[in-house]
Amino acid sequence: MLDYLLTEEQQMIRDLARKVALEKVLPKRLEWDEAGEFPWEAMKAFSAADLCGLYIPEDLGGMGQSVFNFCLATEEISRVCGGVGVTFAASALGSTPILLYGTPEQKKKYMPEIAAGKKLAAFGLTEANAGSDAAGIETTAKKEGDYYIINGTKQWITNGGEADTYTLIAMTDKAKGARGASAFIIEKGTPGFTFGKKENKMGIRCSATRELVFQDCKVHKSQLLSKEGMGFIVAMKTLDLTRPGIGAQAVGIAQGALDEALKYARERVQFGKPIASIQAIQHILADMATQTEAARALVYACARMIDAGHKDYTLPASEAKLFASDTAMKVTIDAIQVLGGYGYMKEYPVEKMARDAKITQIYEGTNQIQRNQIALALIKESASKK
Amino acid sequence: MDIIVCIKQVPDTTEVKINPETNTLIREGVPSIVNPFDENAVEAALQLKEKHGGKVTVITMGPPQAAEALKTTIAMGADEVVLVSDRAFAGSDTWATSYTLSQTIKKLGKFDLILCGKQAIDGDTAQVGPGIAEWLGIPQVTFAVKVEVNDSKLTVERMLEEVNEKVECPLPAVITVVKQMNEPRLPSLKGMMRAKKAEIKTLSAAEIAGDPKNLGLNGSPTNVVRIFTPPPKGGGEILAGEPDEIADKLIAKIRERKII
Ligand SMILES: Cc1cc2nc3c(=O)[nH]c(=O)nc-3n(C[C@H](O)[C@H](O)[C@@H](O)COP(=O)(O)OP(=O)(O)OC[C@H]3O[C@@H](n4cnc5c(N)ncnc54)[C@H](O)[C@@H]3O)c2cc1C
Ligand SMILES: Cc1cc2nc3c(=O)[nH]c(=O)nc-3n(C[C@H](O)[C@H](O)[C@H](O)COP(=O)(O)OP(=O)(O)OC[C@H]3O[C@@H](n4cnc5c(N)ncnc54)[C@H](O)[C@@H]3O)c2cc1C
Repeated sequence: MLDYLLTEEQQMIRDLARKVALEKVLPKRLEWDEAGEFPWEAMKAFSAADLCGLYIPEDLGGMGQSVFNFCLATEEISRVCGGVGVTFAASALGSTPILLYGTPEQKKKYMPEIAAGKKLAAFGLTEANAGSDAAGIETTAKKEGDYYIINGTKQWITNGGEADTYTLIAMTDKAKGARGASAFIIEKGTPGFTFGKKENKMGIRCSATRELVFQDCKVHKSQLLSKEGMGFIVAMKTLDLTRPGIGAQAVGIAQGALDEALKYARERVQFGKPIASIQAIQHILADMATQTEAARALVYACARMIDAGHKDYTLPASEAKLFASDTAMKVTIDAIQVLGGYGYMKEYPVEKMARDAKITQIYEGTNQIQRNQIALALIKESASKK
Repeated sequence: MDIIVCIKQVPDTTEVKINPETNTLIREGVPSIVNPFDENAVEAALQLKEKHGGKVTVITMGPPQAAEALKTTIAMGADEVVLVSDRAFAGSDTWATSYTLSQTIKKLGKFDLILCGKQAIDGDTAQVGPGIAEWLGIPQVTFAVKVEVNDSKLTVERMLEEVNEKVECPLPAVITVVKQMNEPRLPSLKGMMRAKKAEIKTLSAAEIAGDPKNLGLNGSPTNVVRIFTPPPKGGGEILAGEPDEIADKLIAKIRERKII
């Protein structure tokens, strides 16, 4: 493995995340996957281990605002279970808008409990008719005196129903199009805010994916994030910052599959020798390892760049998410091939890993959208040089 | 409530290998851990502290590298740790160990409760906890599976072979705990960082005012004559067939061996 020259603290974070994942997630992952059961037990263990606030500054109760450290933990958790990994990461997605755009009061009110892992957060952008085309959202927030009245339904919201703190993008002024959206912080239990159906999914099955339903939900204007009209900017800046986390989730899933394939190849005997001695298998393993390492290097480099204070990281963040998720998909499918028929069975974890990997190519912007974004940035950059 | 927990650093294996020539443990290449029962004792102490407030102090007698075991307990949440370490302690048996620990506890001053593991997975005598209680002249309750404190009264459930026994005793007291008592917590990141930075306070034989006649090899009346691996028990024989047949076979075998 490449030496990423981790500091002692970073090694500690990585090893602790691995330890908690192995002790608290590994024995349950199959059960949670089959039952679609939310992994509260795991989330409580991450909270007790102080792993929930890695991306949050210390004065807000976190461990020092590091995208890199957050990626390390997300990777190790996802190496054991991608569903638990996204549950962990989605709380960061849901709270990043507050971290980026909250007033000091808003941050103080919401971040410490999220940093301590006492509460989870969720991010609500997608709707039935607005996926990649986020500007098409129809949920409205109408100002009435000191309040906004929210109406509409968000779809497929990770941690929906389980989280206490929701950041929501809604239209405050439809006429202004993309400039007419605004971001809000909404607490679970606010009258008029309920949860719709919980999805039955292909993978990351323990993660909760649910509808958020708003019916004349009245929220005070102090719950507005940033200014009216900033909704899509809040959303886009948030996603830029959290994409390396999805990259880390994908790297973790890929590494988990590589671990399993390697172990199995050394144990499985056919034609009188372990299949690991067959060159065709060796080559698959070599590609899996190289691709996983390349994905990790890209994710880490991007996270370090963000932590170092670079302002423009849209392009590397998209590249990291794109490459790592495509890698996770390929590597998990290859792992099934190495395990043969056993890999197709639920007794072995690689079929689950492949099911979990698929989502990383879809959420937080599909990989087609990432490619659009990358190409656009490239062309813009090239044009500006002439 | 001030709680003292005694922990021992042990090799990470229940199958300790023994050097047949020297009759000593082969420790090389075996990583060290906190004696598992002692982690239960630390967990019990932390839970009592969470409920009643106070302080958890963890102590160990051992060589300088036993500081690592103490750091593990800081990462779990121990407030203070003390390493009792001196060449004079080398070769201690349970008499000398419990004496040394009791002197340390006296030196530390005020305490309400002392927790030990049921036994160490290497020495296995289960004598050190009771020994400490004797040296200090306070009550002891062994094999605790549940502990409650009300005012200055202790209610302990002891796990015996067939039944559990509930006993009460005044504080201060020594309790030894079994693993069924709780599930030791994992370390936390803040705890690990605190452990990394922690300077481990070390006390010498002179500092605990230990009487040399109770210390180390010279102060140890026990003489381990030989340590050996007993031959494995022979596997039993299972008789198959109809009940009548089995009974006949069994009687034949008993007769064969002239048992009746
Ligand atoms: C294989 C082997 C056999 C031995 N046989 C004997 C013997 O027959 N008689 C004898 O007197 N000695 C014996 N010793 C020495 C003995 O293990 C230790 O010297 C003794 O101090 C501790 O006894 P124990 O390990 O049995 O601990 P136990 O009495 O089983 O330990 C009970 C609890 O006491 C506390 N404790 C024990 N040691 C320490 C420590 N150093 N610091 C802090 N807390 C501690 C822990 O809470 C522990 O869970 C033997 C050692 C070994 C390795
Ligand atoms: C399990 C799960 C969890 C999710 N969690 C959240 C959450 O927490 N919060 C949240 O807000 N959303 C969440 N989502 C929504 C997710 O972000 C969207 O599914 C995603 O953005 C894609 O939108 P869509 O599914 O509507 O696909 P569509 O936008 O309908 O896309 C369908 C296909 O067309 C392609 N396509 C669309 N437009 C273009 C284009 N312009 N160029 C090239 N290709 C294009 C897409 O790549 C895709 O292949 C979640 C989704 C899932 C499945």
